[in-house]
Amino acid sequence: MSRYILGRAAQAVVVLWAAYTLTFVVLYLLPSDPVALQLGAAGIETDKLSPVQLQAAMAKYGLDRPVLEQYLSSLWGALHGDLGTSIAKQRPVTALLGERIGSTVALGAVAGVLMLVGGTVLAYLASYVRWRPARILLTRLPSVGASFPQFFIGLLLIQLFAFTLGWLPATGSDGFSSLILPALTISLLTSSLLAQVLMRSFDDTLSQAYIVTARAKGLSRAAVQWKHAFRNAALPAMTILGVIVGLTVTSAIVVETVFARNGVGKLAQESVVAQDVPVVLAIVALAAAVFVVVNLVVDLLYPLLDPRIVHVPKVSR
Amino acid sequence: MTVPIPPAGQPVPSGLDRAVEESLLDDAPVVGRRGNTVRTLKRLGRKPGFVLALVLIVFVVLTAFVPSWFTGFDPTATSPKDRLLSPSLTHPFGTDDLGRDLWTRMLHGSALTIKATLIALSIAIVAGLTLGVVSGFFGGLVDVVLMRFVDVLLAVPSLLFALAIVTALGFGTVPVAIAVGVGIVPGFARTTRAEVLRVKTLPYVEAARAGGASWLRVLVRHVLPNSWGPVLVLAVLDTGVAIIAIASLSFLGFGAAPPAAEWGTLISNGRNFLITAPWVSLLPGLFVGAVVLSLNHLSKTLQELGR
Repeated sequence: MSRYILGRAAQAVVVLWAAYTLTFVVLYLLPSDPVALQLGAAGIETDKLSPVQLQAAMAKYGLDRPVLEQYLSSLWGALHGDLGTSIAKQRPVTALLGERIGSTVALGAVAGVLMLVGGTVLAYLASYVRWRPARILLTRLPSVGASFPQFFIGLLLIQLFAFTLGWLPATGSDGFSSLILPALTISLLTSSLLAQVLMRSFDDTLSQAYIVTARAKGLSRAAVQWKHAFRNAALPAMTILGVIVGLTVTSAIVVETVFARNGVGKLAQESVVAQDVPVVLAIVALAAAVFVVVNLVVDLLYPLLDPRIVHVPKVSR
Repeated sequence: MTVPIPPAGQPVPSGLDRAVEESLLDDAPVVGRRGNTVRTLKRLGRKPGFVLALVLIVFVVLTAFVPSWFTGFDPTATSPKDRLLSPSLTHPFGTDDLGRDLWTRMLHGSALTIKATLIALSIAIVAGLTLGVVSGFFGGLVDVVLMRFVDVLLAVPSLLFALAIVTALGFGTVPVAIAVGVGIVPGFARTTRAEVLRVKTLPYVEAARAGGASWLRVLVRHVLPNSWGPVLVLAVLDTGVAIIAIASLSFLGFGAAPPAAEWGTLISNGRNFLITAPWVSLLPGLFVGAVVLSLNHLSKTLQELGR
């Protein structure tokens, strides 16, 4: 077992390193002129500089070094908690992230709670209800929810709850009330994903033999679903936790822009507009790290929650 | 191989006889592949949801090529006295803050959105199919290396990776399309690989190999035609995903420069008038939602058909 844990953790580290490298390649090797791109973020127009000034500017941001050296120093820095300096804002990236991450984590947490409640209730009802029209409506609802662009759903909620009803503030990041609409926007998408997985899982579970036994001994359908099916059906949903966290992170970019909240998502949007390469790299790496860690934790916890899963070493000796 | 010897006294069927027999067969009800297609189409035609979704998608594709068939307005003609008119018979979607007909702008936006979607899809299909086919068909070390690469692509949330690509390539319809296309490559690669792995073990592939066909011929003639079903379903589904991603990226401000407007930009433009003129944002949004919903429905119906 400990071999399995070590191997799985090593794999996570390799994936994370590869993701960092891939993003670095995209950001530093893909542009036709990476120097002009990065100096542009600092407000310097490279064509207007004399060669000497250009050399000085490149030296200031460390762009005069070979790309491999830049890569190694950036990776070394990232391993030591130094994510470089924002070119547009002239501040350490870690400080920028530190200021903004609280707001995004709070948003993600509220969205997560709403998702769990919404997704579970929807899937539970959809597999319990027997009246066909209602059942069809409930099973189709998630795919409808996932068909609309998230920023549109955000605008719709603002229109309804902020402008028409006047219950909640439209934008801003002060207090809990300003958190509800953006969290609701994110959770509508994530809960439709969760509900789809849960519905399929309920279908599988409810067709198993022990469910027939439970019904045969005289339990009501409600009791069978609640006491016998629910916990087993909920287990497979854990495997998409990583995907859901990833979706929450990317949703935060759009949703924080719609609701003008000062979080990491908004920082990502601003940094792309300013073509602030170090910040973009840091945010992508951070998101990949969150995704990899969540998946690792899920993989390690799953056998504890479901003892039927046993890890057999893949390579037989 | 043994050839059955016809009993004495009975003529061996000549080529002419066979031709006659086969021509007789042609008069019989259509069977075989063509017959299957006809029957499938008839079955689909009886599903109102499928037909409705298909009609909407065909309509949108048409508007991308000939928007002038469906509107008499100019998408860039401003008219100050017609600012923010609510929807009416002359302006089905109302007008925007510069008095431009929103329905017309929506139709002209189709061209940009569909162009971007097609670029994204072609990248995803070409790269994803290649990765999946090579990985699944050759197996071994190639498979391991390629699939680990796909794992890494999956570890970066696709919209964030798209942001990195847009940062590197600059703004506009084509960079956004490329970024979105790269994001949906992993899904294609995995689905194709799974299908190729499944088909590869079937007896007819073995028979073809045993019959002396080269691996390239087996791949092109036997494996590919039989593994594209689920890939097609995924392609239809991912068209919707790509439309939403492209709209989101242009909403964030990375799409085509004004006055050209993709669907995402149109929805985004209306958000400054949400109080006074909500339709400027909401109607284009509903339109995009209807298109994506139709694509999802088409994909789902095709998937059920494949079972």
